[in-house]
Parts: sequence; structure tokens; C-alpha cells
Amino acid sequence: MELFLHQVLAGLATGGIYACMALAIVMIYQAIHHLNLAQGEMAMFSTFIAWQLIEWGLPYWIAFFLTIAISFVAGIVIERTVFKPLHGAPVLAHIVIFIALFAILNSAAGFIWEFTIKTFPTPFGSRSLLGDGLISAHHAGMIGVTLVVLVLLFLFFRHTRIGLAMRAAAVNPESARLVGVRVGWMIALGWGMAAAIGAVAGMLIAPVVFLEPNMMLSILLYGFAGAVVGGLTSPGGAVVGGFTVGVIENLAGTFIPYVGQELKLTIALALIVVVLMFKPTGLFGTRLVTRV
Amino acid sequence: MDRSVASETPAKAAPPDRAETSNADLGIPAAWNRAALVLGLLIAVALPFVVKNFMIFQLTTVMIYAIAILGLNLLTGFNGQFSLGHSTFVAIGAYTTAILMEFAGVPFYWTVPAAGMVCFAFGFLFGFPALRLESIYLALATFALAVATPQILKSTPLAPWTGGVQGMVILKPEAPFGLPLNADQWMYFVTLGIGLALAVAAVNLINSRSGRAMKAIRDNPIAARAMGINISLYKTTAFGVSALYAGIAGSLSAVVVQFVAPDSFTFVLAIGLFVGLVIGGVGSIPGAIFGGLFLVFVPNIAEEVSKGLAGAVYGVILILVIYLMPSGAAGLVRLAALKVAAWRR
Amino acid sequence: MTIGKHAALAGFAAGLALAASAAGAQTYDPGATDTSIKIGNINPYSGPASAYGQIGKTIGAYFDKVNKEGGVNGRTIEFISYDDGYSPPKAVEQARKLVESDEVLLIFQSLGTPSNTAIQKYMNAKKVPQLFVATGATKWGDPENFPWTMGWQPNYQSEGRIYAQYILENHPDAKVAVLYQNDDYGKDVLEGLKDGLGDKGGMIIAEAPYETSDPTVDSQIINLKSSGADLFVNIATPKFAAQAIKKVAELDWHPVQIVNNVSQSVGSVLKPAGLDNSTGVLSTAYTKDPTDPQWADDAAYKEWEAFMDEYYPDGDKTSSFTVYGYTVAQTLMKVLEQAGDELTRENIMRQAANLKDVELGMLLPGIVINTSETDFFPIEQMQMMKFNGERWEMFGDVIDGAVGS
Repeated sequence: MELFLHQVLAGLATGGIYACMALAIVMIYQAIHHLNLAQGEMAMFSTFIAWQLIEWGLPYWIAFFLTIAISFVAGIVIERTVFKPLHGAPVLAHIVIFIALFAILNSAAGFIWEFTIKTFPTPFGSRSLLGDGLISAHHAGMIGVTLVVLVLLFLFFRHTRIGLAMRAAAVNPESARLVGVRVGWMIALGWGMAAAIGAVAGMLIAPVVFLEPNMMLSILLYGFAGAVVGGLTSPGGAVVGGFTVGVIENLAGTFIPYVGQELKLTIALALIVVVLMFKPTGLFGTRLVTRV
Repeated sequence: MDRSVASETPAKAAPPDRAETSNADLGIPAAWNRAALVLGLLIAVALPFVVKNFMIFQLTTVMIYAIAILGLNLLTGFNGQFSLGHSTFVAIGAYTTAILMEFAGVPFYWTVPAAGMVCFAFGFLFGFPALRLESIYLALATFALAVATPQILKSTPLAPWTGGVQGMVILKPEAPFGLPLNADQWMYFVTLGIGLALAVAAVNLINSRSGRAMKAIRDNPIAARAMGINISLYKTTAFGVSALYAGIAGSLSAVVVQFVAPDSFTFVLAIGLFVGLVIGGVGSIPGAIFGGLFLVFVPNIAEEVSKGLAGAVYGVILILVIYLMPSGAAGLVRLAALKVAAWRR
Repeated sequence: MTIGKHAALAGFAAGLALAASAAGAQTYDPGATDTSIKIGNINPYSGPASAYGQIGKTIGAYFDKVNKEGGVNGRTIEFISYDDGYSPPKAVEQARKLVESDEVLLIFQSLGTPSNTAIQKYMNAKKVPQLFVATGATKWGDPENFPWTMGWQPNYQSEGRIYAQYILENHPDAKVAVLYQNDDYGKDVLEGLKDGLGDKGGMIIAEAPYETSDPTVDSQIINLKSSGADLFVNIATPKFAAQAIKKVAELDWHPVQIVNNVSQSVGSVLKPAGLDNSTGVLSTAYTKDPTDPQWADDAAYKEWEAFMDEYYPDGDKTSSFTVYGYTVAQTLMKVLEQAGDELTRENIMRQAANLKDVELGMLLPGIVINTSETDFFPIEQMQMMKFNGERWEMFGDVIDGAVGS
């Protein structure tokens, strides 16, 4: 029983990582209705930028916000330069471009910063808060920041003109254009925001898993799992989904005899398929109506 | 534009002028198509006698990729279902061959159809959950499958059969009947023969009643249902057939490489096949060969440019190719032929 | 499978006889001329294992240095290194390209157990040396069946045995918990550990595998701690080893800790894990750790540092891979020097199997390279050491962990 509790707590701590990532994934899905395979690499690259800024002597929080700003601009630039020319191209072509971005960012980060793991500082400290080190101050801080970002997003999309315009542009671009929304720029803005949230996620995750070019590879997958379980249309659902995946993964690894530990990832992924089978839009998602 | 709709039904987003290698190629004289086919075949038969053995090996690999891409194309290009997980079926095919050869002493040639059938069964079964998943979700679920495959292959319960992390070493057959061919040349022709047979089968399938039903489902599932097409049956069968192609590719690759291991079938392969599909041309059967060529040779070119940045160079090439030929290599070739034909008239 | 082996063996024996009679003359196999020697290599420069690409780059840089200083016996080295992305089928393609198209004299330091297994049979059938492969699996030292393949680093099983020996001598009543990477490397070290413990194998009361796709090993460490173990064997690659050491400290667990050789780097494992958390950790080594301050004034270390500054300035001086690449390249130089003007593939293997007490700068003092016709394990010695919060302290004798013997 004690082990069970410990694993649940540890699962929540890791789940916080997935929730961060899932939130970034849902964010870009809201803006462009694609799953961005390069999202994890974008977050990783942003985190390296932050690391570099800190190495150059900037204080943590200045580097933190500067990185968010840089990532926001970079997200917009990527959309405007790489994706705008492909406007209206088949969805398959878009996925290939994501794959290309993935390869470019991963390779470039390794080239510039090497593959040796680097420590990334935490602003929250790492003293134990709960259950003998199971939830550290950093874990709590990470979860807190994720929730703050979630609330800010909620307010932004519900109560600001530009947030409403972005939603309109994503859900129904034709009508949005008719009422004067600049759809192209809304998409670019969505990219910028997704990149910025990814940067936050990366900077919060790096102190736990260490910074290196491949750090996001599996986290992105777990993030996808969290986002899909929660529902791609629901930021809140994605956060819940992230925690759920973290806990289930730990419990499966501990209590399913024989294969649990070897197939942790497989079990998490099987979870996606099962959830989708019974609730194709995820636990908290809403269905988009397609007209013929 | 209508991105939301596009992502819900991928097929609609595909270019309207997709080549379908049937007589639908209006504008290009039929004789040209035939001439290109004959010329291609002649080159394919002559090549193994003029190039070095390792080049034969590379070309065999190109054809193996092409077979798997062809299978993927039947699923994505003609039936509108996504898959980012075809490496799984390639793996199942490869391991079927390896296990049959190692444990049952079955000769290689018999293991090829066996690998195909086993994969058909797996693909058909996977088709059922896939029915409930739409585009982006299906892409994710299949990607999950691809990521999980190496772990499952090396897991403890399967290890006695799959050789676990160590993989299995297998023997390459020599040319039979005293044919004056070395093992590389022989496997090249075996692969070429099987590949051609599968390509002909694919063309026939697409132009058949079933093929039209598949395409109808891709273009407008609701209308297809209204016409009385059994959507579930066609979709699951398409998944099965697609997996069959991938499985045969896997079976051939196991013997050509003479080794199977979990590391040979990672999600990198699944992504590669997907890239090959798009680069070659979605909905084009000859496009598969272009896809195979891209997968084998472009990484080598990227490496020539820069070792440290090989991945980045590959990515940049990929983006450029998508810009220059949004409908794939086959689309570009077709476009060029159309231009020339129009100019001659 | 067995037919090929015997044929290869017979060919090898015949080759030896032939080579012996022609000693002294200038005889060349493909890849060698009066002015140059072509050497092939396969490394993962792209893909998830691309961190290892540093080894290939270091080797290339070392050959630049050799060439600039006049080459080996007057010949320059042409180093051709290809990327396989850690994919076995791609490794086969690249190996064939090197042998059949580039016509290299030998393939040196091809990396990874799966990739090397994939090309082993081909290399032996072609009778091209597959020399000093970059993996620690035990199967690379099998001259009877694969006379053209040779390993280099201490094999993983020996390392496991060394830990077992230490545990039996110093902590005979320990309850042991093991974290291991679920692949050939992790399983090999674990197997060596179990073999070494022999009938005391019951001392291992908990084992937890992890996958390289796991974001963290927190969950595994919690399970290991809850088993009540008081000795923790950490068989993990740098990132996961560092995570584990850090987590053990965070959980307020205080077992005796052994971390495997792969992750002995102060700069890239112990520092990220926290130097306080790492104090008291045990490990084994055979090379000098460049981030360990005790070597700062060591002549050989300074030589290495000068090499890095001049020939591989972009290289990572905190990474053990650069030391590894440097040292293994020196080993090959030794073989080529010994081979003299007789640059045949047979002679290369004969000289590789004839290294006697070779000392190299970045190997720990007392550790030497020895091979013979029946011993295809160049480095078999390691030394135990303990981290004192600042640097490693060697203790005990240099231990011979030979598995083959």
C-alpha cells in the first residue's frame, strides 16, 4: 500500500511533465488543427537557448522570459517562412514538413551544444515537499506553472478579441475571413504561442530529465498520449490526461508482473487506443461537426 | 483555407490531379506510358550486370522499400487511411521469415507468402480499431504502434522466439538451378519479380470494382455508404492488404540483410516509409520507386554534405522537395510529360 | 551457419602461413598502397544514438594528427566514416560500400552490438578485418568462429564480475538492487554480476529494467528502494545513471552505490547528479577521466588536451567518448606500425592478435593491452575506484576480469 501511494505520487510528479507538454500540443492543435511532430524538438531547442543565456550570465528569470519571447517570434517566423508557402497543400505534405523540422532542430542542437547532458537550473529549489522526496519543490512549482498557464489560456481564449478571433480562424476559416479576421496571421500567432508554451514546458522539464538534444523524444509521445486521452480540443483535459498517463504508467510498471517494466511505454500507448475506441474525442474533448 | 475540414478527411486535401497510372492519364499518349514501362524494365534487368555488388544490394533495398511504400499507398493514397506505423508490419514479416527459417527449417521462398498472410491477418485485425479513429487520431495510434514494436519484440515472453535484443542471423539463399548469378544478383531478381507481381496486382485491384469502392470511401465516405458500400469491410481489408505488402517487404529485407533485430524496425523506419510515400507521390504506383530511391540515397547525400549536420541537411532537402514537387516525384514526372505532349501537339 | 565459419577459419590459417613466408616484402591488399592506407568506419552520426558520433569524429581528428606528423611508416591514412543511424540494415549497406566500393583495407570501430552483429558474417566471409568494434559484448572475442572480428574495450560481463567480486569480498551480507538498461549491454553486465556472485546469486533481491524511451527512472528507483536493499548497482548510460543517483539522494535512501564504467564521467554524470549525492559512489575504470582534477598535471592528459585543442576544437572535452576515440585510434596506430610494409588483411589481423603489454597515455597506470591468437579481448583489466566528492580515488589492484579464459 505504501508502495502504491509512493508510485501514485511519483506518477503525479512525472505526469506534471507530460501535462506541460500535452498543453503545448493542444495549444497548437487549437491553432492549426495538426499534431506537430516537431513540437518536442522546438521545446528542446528553446530550452538550449535559455541554457545558453544563463551560461552567458543572465539571471534565471530574465533568461526565462527572454526565451519565451524568442520562441514566440521563432514560432511565427517558422509558420510564415516554412508553412505559409504550403498553404492549401495536402495534409500529408504538412506532416512531412514536421518530420523535416524535427530532423533539422535535433541535428542542429547536437551540432551546436553537443550531446553531453547538461544541468538546467530550477527556480523552485529541489528540497522535498511531500512523501520523502517523491514530490519536490520543483515538481510542485512545475505543476503550479502549468496550472497558471492553463488559466491564462482560458482567459485569453474566452475573453480577449484576439483569442476569439484565433478560435474562429481555426474552427471555421472561411466564415472568419468573411467577418474580417486575418486568418493567416491568426495561424502564425497560434504557432508563436505554441512555441512559447513549449519553451515553458522545456524549461520546466529540463531540471528533472537533464538537458540534451534527445530529451523530448519520449516525452512528446507521452504528451501526445496525455493530450489524446484528455481530448485534443480541451486544454484542461490535456492537463488531466497528462497526470493520468503518468500515474497509470508508474502503476503498470510496478504492479503488472513480468512485462510491466519492459513495456511501460507500450502500456501508455495502448491506453490511447483504448480511450479512443470508446471515446473518439478523448475524455473531455468535444466533437467538431463535419459537413459534407 | 479549410484546414479543419482538410484534417478531418485527408483525402480531400490531396491534389485533385493525382496520377492513378490507369488509362486515366489523359493528355499523355498511351504509347509513352508503355515505352517508359518497357524502358524501365530493360534498365532494371540490365543493371545487376553492370554495377558493383553493393550497388545491387542498395537497389534491392530500394525495391524492398518500394514494395512497403506501395502497400502504404494502397491504404493512404487509395483508401484515405493514415498510417505512421507500417514499420510494425515490416517487422512482423521479417520475423515471420526469420522464425520459420530458424525454428522450422522452412526454405526462404515459402516464408514469403507466409509472412504476407500473417501480416494480412494482423493488418485486418488492426483495421477494426482503426475504423473508429479519424485521420489525425489514426496517425497517432499507428505511430504509437511503431514506437511500441521494438519493445514488444525484445520483451521477455517473446524473446525465446525473436532472439530478444540480440536479434537473429539468417542465411541468404544462393541462386538455384546452377544459374550464373551470385547471391546478390539472385536476390535482386527475386525482389524484382515479387515487386512486379505485387505492382500488377495493385493496378488490377485499383481498377477493379473493389478498387473503385476503396476510392469512393476515400473521396466521400457518406456518399459511399449511401451507395451501399460496406465501408467497414473495405477499410479493414485495405488495412490487411496494405500490411501484406509491408510484410512481404519485411520478409525480403530479412534475407537480404541476413539479420533481424528490434533496432531494425524502429519508428524511424515508419516515418521513413511515410516520407517515401509523400515524396514518391500519394496515389501513384510508380511513385513508390521514387520513394524507395529517396529513402536509400538521400541520407547518403546528406551525409556527404555534412557529417555533424546530416540530419539538418536531410530535413532541408525534404522541405525543398516538398516545395518543388508538392504532388510527389510521380506527379512531377507526369506534369513534365504533359507539358511535352501539349507542346508537340 | 556453420559452413561459413569453417571455410573462414581454413582461409585464415592458410593466409597466416602465406603471410609468414612473405614477411618483410611489400605486399598489399586492397586499400593499401606505398603512400596511403584506407580505413573504413561506421558510426551513428544521425538518429537517437548520435551522441556516439563523437567517437567517429575524434578518431578522424586523430588520423589528421597522424597524417600531419608524417603518417604511419610513411603512409597517410585515408579515413572513410559513414553514418548508419544505429540501424542494422543501414550498417550492412555501409559496410558493403566500404569493402566493395571504397575498397578499404579494414573496417575499424564500427559501433553498436546490433550493427556489428549484422555485418559480422559478411566481414568474415569477405575476410576483411572488423577491428576493435565499439561494443562490449562478449561475442567479439571468438577467434575460432570469427577470426576477422575483434573487440577492444573490456567486455560488459567482465565488468559485472568485477563488481560481484567486490561485493563478495566487502559486503558479503548485502541485499543488492539492480537498475539496468533493457538491451544487450545492460543484460550483459547483469549476467556478469550474477555469474560472479555464483551460488550467492540470491543476494540480488530486486531488479528493475528501464527503456531508453523512459523519460525518467524515478519509478524504478522507488521500487528498488522499497525492496529494502542496501547496495545499489546502477547499470545505466550517463543520463539515466545521473537521474538515478540524484533520485536515490532525493528519496533519502543511502545504499552502497556502484555505477558502471559507461557512466563514470565526473563532468557528465556525477556533476549533473550532484557532487554531494555522488560522494562514496564506486565504479571501475580503464581510462583516465578528463574531468577528474587529479590528471590535470598528467603529461599524457596534457597531450590529449593539446590534441583536442588543435585537431578537434569543437569536441566535448568533458565527454568520455573523446578519450575513448583517442585511445582506440592509438591502438590501431600500434597495429599499423607493427604491420610495417606488409599491409595485407591477414597481417593486420595477425598483428592485432600480437599486441604485447601495450601502454597508452589515457589508459589508467598499470592497464595494458594484450592479445594473442586465442585472446581477442585487448583490454581486460579494470580498477575499482571511489568518488570522494571531488575526484575518483583508485583502490585495490588492477583486476583482471577475463571472461574468455
